[in-house]
Amino acid sequence: MDWSLVMLLAVGCYGYKAGGVLASKKIKLSEERERLLNYVAPAVLSGLIITQTFENEGQLYVGAPAAGLVAGALAAYLKAPFPLVLAIAAAATALVRLL
Amino acid sequence: MFNRVQAFWSQSHKRDGFALGLAVGTFGITFGVLANAAGISDLMAVVLSLFVFTGASQFAAVGVVNAGGEPLTALGTALLLGARNGVYGLSVGRILPVGKFKRLLGAQLVIDESVAVSSLQLDDRDAREAFWVTGLSVFIFWNLGTVVGVLLGDVVGDPRTWGLDAAFPAGFFALLMPHLRSQEKRQSALWGALIALAAIPILPSGLPVIASVGGVFIAAFASSLRRRRS
Repeated sequence: MDWSLVMLLAVGCYGYKAGGVLASKKIKLSEERERLLNYVAPAVLSGLIITQTFENEGQLYVGAPAAGLVAGALAAYLKAPFPLVLAIAAAATALVRLL
Repeated sequence: MFNRVQAFWSQSHKRDGFALGLAVGTFGITFGVLANAAGISDLMAVVLSLFVFTGASQFAAVGVVNAGGEPLTALGTALLLGARNGVYGLSVGRILPVGKFKRLLGAQLVIDESVAVSSLQLDDRDAREAFWVTGLSVFIFWNLGTVVGVLLGDVVGDPRTWGLDAAFPAGFFALLMPHLRSQEKRQSALWGALIALAAIPILPSGLPVIASVGGVFIAAFASSLRRRRS
């Protein structure tokens, strides 16, 4: 990561917030548009889960990170707090790597 | 002092906001640790938390960098995830103060938590107070947590030994969980995952995660079909 990326992230993410707040008096989103925007986060989050678990140099692969994901997802499903979910996922991956 | 603390604590919307911020502080710690594991400098991690200040986008950008992805992919995914804050801004802008300076300052606090607690209030005054208390409390503890996290990360040593480099997907799953309660969002998540999976062998690295946003349109199409039928 370099500073230009940090800056673009900051400008972009603040831009949404400020843009929304400043436009709130003039714009009212249609229900349809608002619903579409609400669908974006779940789609992209699951895209991140898939690519970061099952992609290796442009190829599909199943390895230690998959074990981490299964263990962590199970912990999250059982309502474990966030840091514990991460710790369990990390530990499961490290364990599989050791084997 | 004690009376003021007691008065603050007796108002549930302020108490909830404060407690939520405290809980988010632990997220901040994990963000610092993982940013460190991804090889991002301590200063950059701290600057991200101060100026980007929206958890999912920060985790996404750092996660992509950790996985060896392109900066453009990191930016693209983070901006896709940050878009919902624009929608929040549209709804919460109504209750923010009139002065432009305060509005622009408050805008930085427009995130999941502050909007959630604020939208639960019945009148505008409580909603406004809940927004500021929650937003400021999350801001303070998220940033304190980040500092603690990067310092902790420095002590941990090689992240691969602990599997920390592979903790991101589970973290994204935890962030995804609350969305899975709604049927439409569940479908959007499912289609996003399938598109990404199908795209991995076909598209150049970095694009599959961006392509997953296509899940939005399939989910919307399916839901409009269902509504037409009923």
